[in-house]
Amino acid sequence: MHTQMRFGGRVRHVRNRTIRVDYLARVEGEGSLYIKIKDGAVKEAEFGIFEPPRFFEAFLRGRNYSEAPDITARICGICPVAYQMSSIHAMEQAFGVSVDPRLRSLRRLLYCGEWIESHALHIFLLHAPDFLGYEDAISMARVHPDVVKKGLQLKKVGNEVMTLVGGREIHPINVRVGGFYKVPSKKELQVLVEPLKRARDLAVETVSWTSKIEFPEFEHDYEFVALRHPDEYPLNEGRLVSNKGLDISVIEYEQYFVEEHVRHSNALQSVLKERGAYFVGPLARFNLNFDRLTPIARETASSAKMTPPCTNPFKGIVVRAIETVFACEEALRIVEEYEEPKQSVVSVVHRAGVGYGCTEAPRGILYHRYHLHENGTILDAKIVPPTAQNQKAIEADLVRLVQQYASLADDKLTWQCEQAVRNYDPCISCATHFLRLDVERD
Amino acid sequence: MAKKRKPKLAVWKFASCDGCQLSLLDCEEELLDVAGVIDIANFPEASRAVVRGPYDISLVEGSITTSHDAERIHQVRRSSRVLITIGACATSGGIQALRNFKDVKDFATIVYPNPLYIEALAKSTPIADHVAVDFQLRGCPIGKHQLLEVLGAYLNGRKPNIPTYSVCVECKRRGIVCGLVSHGPPCLGPVTQAGCDALCPSYHRGCFGCFGPKETPNTASLGNWWSMRGMQNRELLLLFRSFNAYADAFRRESETREE
Repeated sequence: MHTQMRFGGRVRHVRNRTIRVDYLARVEGEGSLYIKIKDGAVKEAEFGIFEPPRFFEAFLRGRNYSEAPDITARICGICPVAYQMSSIHAMEQAFGVSVDPRLRSLRRLLYCGEWIESHALHIFLLHAPDFLGYEDAISMARVHPDVVKKGLQLKKVGNEVMTLVGGREIHPINVRVGGFYKVPSKKELQVLVEPLKRARDLAVETVSWTSKIEFPEFEHDYEFVALRHPDEYPLNEGRLVSNKGLDISVIEYEQYFVEEHVRHSNALQSVLKERGAYFVGPLARFNLNFDRLTPIARETASSAKMTPPCTNPFKGIVVRAIETVFACEEALRIVEEYEEPKQSVVSVVHRAGVGYGCTEAPRGILYHRYHLHENGTILDAKIVPPTAQNQKAIEADLVRLVQQYASLADDKLTWQCEQAVRNYDPCISCATHFLRLDVERD
Repeated sequence: MAKKRKPKLAVWKFASCDGCQLSLLDCEEELLDVAGVIDIANFPEASRAVVRGPYDISLVEGSITTSHDAERIHQVRRSSRVLITIGACATSGGIQALRNFKDVKDFATIVYPNPLYIEALAKSTPIADHVAVDFQLRGCPIGKHQLLEVLGAYLNGRKPNIPTYSVCVECKRRGIVCGLVSHGPPCLGPVTQAGCDALCPSYHRGCFGCFGPKETPNTASLGNWWSMRGMQNRELLLLFRSFNAYADAFRRESETREE
């Protein structure tokens, strides 16, 4: 009913129109929307990325392998840990290095911090204003101060985890191939226990609150792709699986996925060979790994009647909240079981070879591949961020959405389209290595 | 008495990672207070509402890398009373200025299968190369407390208290053992502006120059010091040529290490 109240306005029978948004707000980076409707049918739907290209893969050539975590972190200020993790896993794979389980846990803790921070940012500051009908979280805070304050508290705990383990919340400095520069003592980590418990409770409340939103009916049979690990909800490792039979190792990624370059985008669009668009991120992970969620996260999801399959991207906000519960529980477990590793870094001996890494960034799988010279220099790099992988699915959603809501007035339809893009929490800075909405009705 | 108008703040993005503007949203405890005294009039990452300029303060993130952006920055300057650049990209060209040392056409060919679709300038340049800048806030990323200090200063008509001395001062103040004299890892601390509170040295890691050159940096002397300690020219080149590669002092030193 909520959506009908909001979008119920005057019915328009315009057969030709254009919807365009030159600068999409509440996403990370510069993107646009352009939708052209002719004779009542969507002719074109482009999620454009005009963020300037920054050529990371080019200037990584000739750099030392050890610089990749810090350099690739600068692709994105929202999910730097994801870049650091995918790059170190790729390097360690190339050099045949495996780290102490305690170092592995500490990496997982840092990643949980990023998930909490990034998910809270998207839920409360970028996505919730759409559902509650506000231009932004600041104006939402005038009417719903408690919602915004709780969101900021949750976000802050994520940042505290990142600061303690990584040194700072944006572009952490403590991650290196083979481990860390310095590991925290058991006592230092204990200060996180109380904030994480509070954050977990706030996240549980957030699941309950977001699950009561009236969502538009918008289901689709997507191909969801995520990592799957034998016994954990995926962060750093696993096989790449889908709900349509994909089950491959990370090394095989490029045999199954290809990137296409289209004129309206400074980001390459990724497709599954011979199958086309696919969907990565929280919804994909949730659908493919529900059985791996931590106990409270799974219970909270079930009591909010959120069980897989969930095929409505608008419900991503609830899934992000569920994943936030998971990230808090998992972080808490790691902190409580933590024993200080004997050494902060394991010995790394570089050699010639190719390394592959794929980890679950807050927005979905992030693939890195490096060709390395025997002296440790990067000869060639390939980076496929989650938003590049979701671009095709986003454009397909826009086509279906405009057809479903063709009777809406331009301003309402435009907002609805923007929201459909924000469902994916696109990170345009990542993808160029995003978006202009123009809806054109002649 | 007429109610005083709240100053209008705009946040602009050019080529960047969004991390520096995220610093504003990362001020979790202060964000709603800031919004109480400032009218956040144009901040696309946070709001779809746009209040028209002119703006009292503009924060500019990112470097100029396309001809469209080279035009757009002039519009930003015209609509801003005070223009503050935030971060290494806006202040020195950023990591993407590594292209300035190579041929950008080759770069586009490496990253994109259809390089003709890509429009990019040969160099990534700082904002101050294009328009007058009132204050440059350093860092990759900026520190949120420094950001609040600069905003507070301009709102109250005083000079921002942002030190221009080196990371060494912060290191000494924290009682961290100096890596230069104790066989520590390569460190740019003596030539890098403070602001991070000697973060990397406190994590047993050498400074890698996030905040760019300090006031009057003696980069040649530091380069020679590390050279005497056995660092190869190639390693020194990489050390000086990263997130602030195109800042004058760092650029000159990296160029002398080219072989």
